[in-house]
Amino acid sequence: MQETMNILIVGVGGQGVLLASEILSEAAMNAGFDVKKSEIHGMSQRGGVVSSHVRIGPVVYSPTIQEGQADVLMAFEQAEGYRAINWLKKDGIAIVSRTALIPAIVTGSKQFHYPEDAIADLQKIVKKTIGVEADKIAAELGNPRLVNTILLGVLSNYMPLPTELWVDTIKARVKPKLVDVNLLAFNRGRGVRLTKTTA
Amino acid sequence: MRELLSGNEAVARGAYEAGVALAVSYPGTPSTEILETLADVFPQVYSQWSPNEKVAFEVAIGASIGGGRALCTMKHVGLNVAADPFMTFAYTGVNGGFVIVSCDDPEMHSSQNEQDNRTYAKFAAIPMLNPSSSQESKDMLVTGFEMSEMFDTPVMLHMTTRISHAKGIVELNDVVAGPNKKFIKDPSKYVMIPTNARKRHVVVAERMEKLRHFAEETPFNVVENNGSKIGVITGGVSYQYTKEVAPDLDYLKLGMGFPLPMKKIEQFIKSHDRIFIVEELEPFWEEMIKAAGFLQVEGKKYFGALGELSPIRVAHGLKEAGVISSVTEPVYSAGDMFPRPPVLCPGCPHRGAFMALKKLGVAVTGDIGCYTLGVMEPLNALDTCICMGASIGNAIGMERVKGSEKGTVAVIGDSTFVHSGITGLLDAVWNQSNVTIIILDNRATAMTGGQQHPATGKTLMGADSPSLNLVELVKALGVKNVKELDPYDFDLVLNTIKTEMETPGPSVIITNRPCVLMPVRIMNEPYVVDSELCTACGACFRISCPAIAASHETNKHGHPKALIDETLCTGCTLCTQVCPPEAIMLKSHFVKA
Ligand code: SF4
Ligand code: SF4
Ligand code: SF4
Repeated sequence: MQETMNILIVGVGGQGVLLASEILSEAAMNAGFDVKKSEIHGMSQRGGVVSSHVRIGPVVYSPTIQEGQADVLMAFEQAEGYRAINWLKKDGIAIVSRTALIPAIVTGSKQFHYPEDAIADLQKIVKKTIGVEADKIAAELGNPRLVNTILLGVLSNYMPLPTELWVDTIKARVKPKLVDVNLLAFNRGRGVRLTKTTA
Repeated sequence: MRELLSGNEAVARGAYEAGVALAVSYPGTPSTEILETLADVFPQVYSQWSPNEKVAFEVAIGASIGGGRALCTMKHVGLNVAADPFMTFAYTGVNGGFVIVSCDDPEMHSSQNEQDNRTYAKFAAIPMLNPSSSQESKDMLVTGFEMSEMFDTPVMLHMTTRISHAKGIVELNDVVAGPNKKFIKDPSKYVMIPTNARKRHVVVAERMEKLRHFAEETPFNVVENNGSKIGVITGGVSYQYTKEVAPDLDYLKLGMGFPLPMKKIEQFIKSHDRIFIVEELEPFWEEMIKAAGFLQVEGKKYFGALGELSPIRVAHGLKEAGVISSVTEPVYSAGDMFPRPPVLCPGCPHRGAFMALKKLGVAVTGDIGCYTLGVMEPLNALDTCICMGASIGNAIGMERVKGSEKGTVAVIGDSTFVHSGITGLLDAVWNQSNVTIIILDNRATAMTGGQQHPATGKTLMGADSPSLNLVELVKALGVKNVKELDPYDFDLVLNTIKTEMETPGPSVIITNRPCVLMPVRIMNEPYVVDSELCTACGACFRISCPAIAASHETNKHGHPKALIDETLCTGCTLCTQVCPPEAIMLKSHFVKA
């Protein structure tokens, strides 16, 4: 990898965006790359938008991605994927979970509405959109909190990092009793690729 | 050993490596994790929360005068609270090394203003270091302690959100403990009565001279020569942004941002055709450099003084200045999208009070904490939010001029009340204001992640401590009408507020339900909606509980019926109290027909 690779991870507070970006950054550091990672939290703990910028390369300067320069946009929530699309570069890949979280501000007032099918909207604009049924897969695996690992699995197909590194980092970062199910989730994600997607 | 650390974690590591004897703070984004990391990872460093930043600063001063290395951290607005001891400590100087870390929040991700605290270093006439990465955050903290002892001065480490919260790779070192110092009696240095202070002011001026020389030599101020005719003077995260978009320009990177190395700057300016100053927020360096006679330097004109800089903002500025020929613009523009502001958690104990206040239509003076979120749609329950502790004072003034026909109620959290609400309440008692004050006691500093405070019974390092009894305290301040109540009982809250507003003199209502999120997540049996009974009236939507969503079923007007997400519902009962047809019931009571 000669150039810096930019991955933007977005979602809603509480979805595990920060853990996913930690795992990605650590795997990249262990692969010998320079890494910078920056996130917006603070008030976001309470159901707001969370985003994490991860930059990987030989030498990384800015801790944030330049708008329009993300190689990959990974969204844990479909409307959030759509919201962050301006960060993606031309020909970039959008990996978007089908998950839909409709906030109280939409249900509580008539002013706003939630998109009918944000993934379909995205696909109209971004050719390389991978809609991932991550919430369904997570439910199948018996834990809704696995969405982040499933998406990391999808992402791993597009990253120059050896599989063992992903596996080792997941093992180091999740609770011992959750390691097996997380590795299962990661593998399910790995099975999802651009060409195979039906979304 | 290399580790991926945030700037804040790197500062904590640096404190450990520098052999810090005491670290103290009041939590505030983006500074909070420094002390949390110390307590978690380096229990060998004594660390504590204090009730507010002024006290924290005073504790750190004591430790320094006592001979230990002292670290004091706070968010930018925290230094406003601590400004009084800060300005005078710059006169006395230190014994053990002293570093104040100011974590500023450009773009106000989690703050009420975006002041540039570099100005405070200049104001107090103390040296300032400004790291541009996690590695530098650690290195500069360690050097900061050395400088502090060498020049007999407090040192400011200036961080910003993007340095505090961004992670980068850090090389770890061993402990390089500082000199072993003891307290030496010296009132002429530490007792700032006018005769002594006048002498110390001279010392401060002399010290500044020495620091100016030091600034010329420190390796933190470094020239990067790439053979360009265009030079950039920058520092902090702005250096990284500029390097990102224009790596081939020449750079003078200011790691020590005050006082400035004017000789080095002069040389740099003279050896380049054009000079740009790239800095976030105020034209701090630009003004000083122009004041030194270099009027040709360019800066704010291209990069703006509001909000956070970013690679694309710097790129646009450089393009406008004709330095780079093009900027890769984003190809996609995000469509119109609903906002997703942070909201009060499902079952948050503050919700009941806000529902009642909204219903009463009174003016509500607010304060800093989770409950500030009550201002959002659809609760719309706050009218002011100025700074920590301001709600009570604001209410006193508002009430005095009869600003609101329906009266004024102040809301303040427990941590904020202890931080700086007590003196406000004392004013209300002293001047017999007719205000009603609600202390939203959730037993935590919840906004910043549930830290301890004097009323929680625990210290930062986990030791038990006596917990402040708010009811007794309020009574002792002279408040006659004090009511403690359950905020999940909507009618009770509503009626108590009404009664207390009619009672002359100050009244205090204290709510007694803990934060549902911290320190442990509190979950009771969830509630469900019987869609047969639900008329889609929307009353439950308006209380802004994230667990309540719109279902796909509608009534005959096409309005959506309600649906409760059982995994989110904490069973607080508030929604059941606003539902006219009693369509919301405990899950175990719901029998599907
Ligand atoms: S963290 Fe606690 S106090 Fe803050 S909104 Fe959530 S429940 Fe309320
Ligand atoms: S009982 Fe109602 S208001 Fe309380 S958490 Fe559950 S859904 Fe929200
Ligand atoms: S308040 Fe009751 S009736 Fe009205 S929408 Fe909510 S559940 Fe339905």
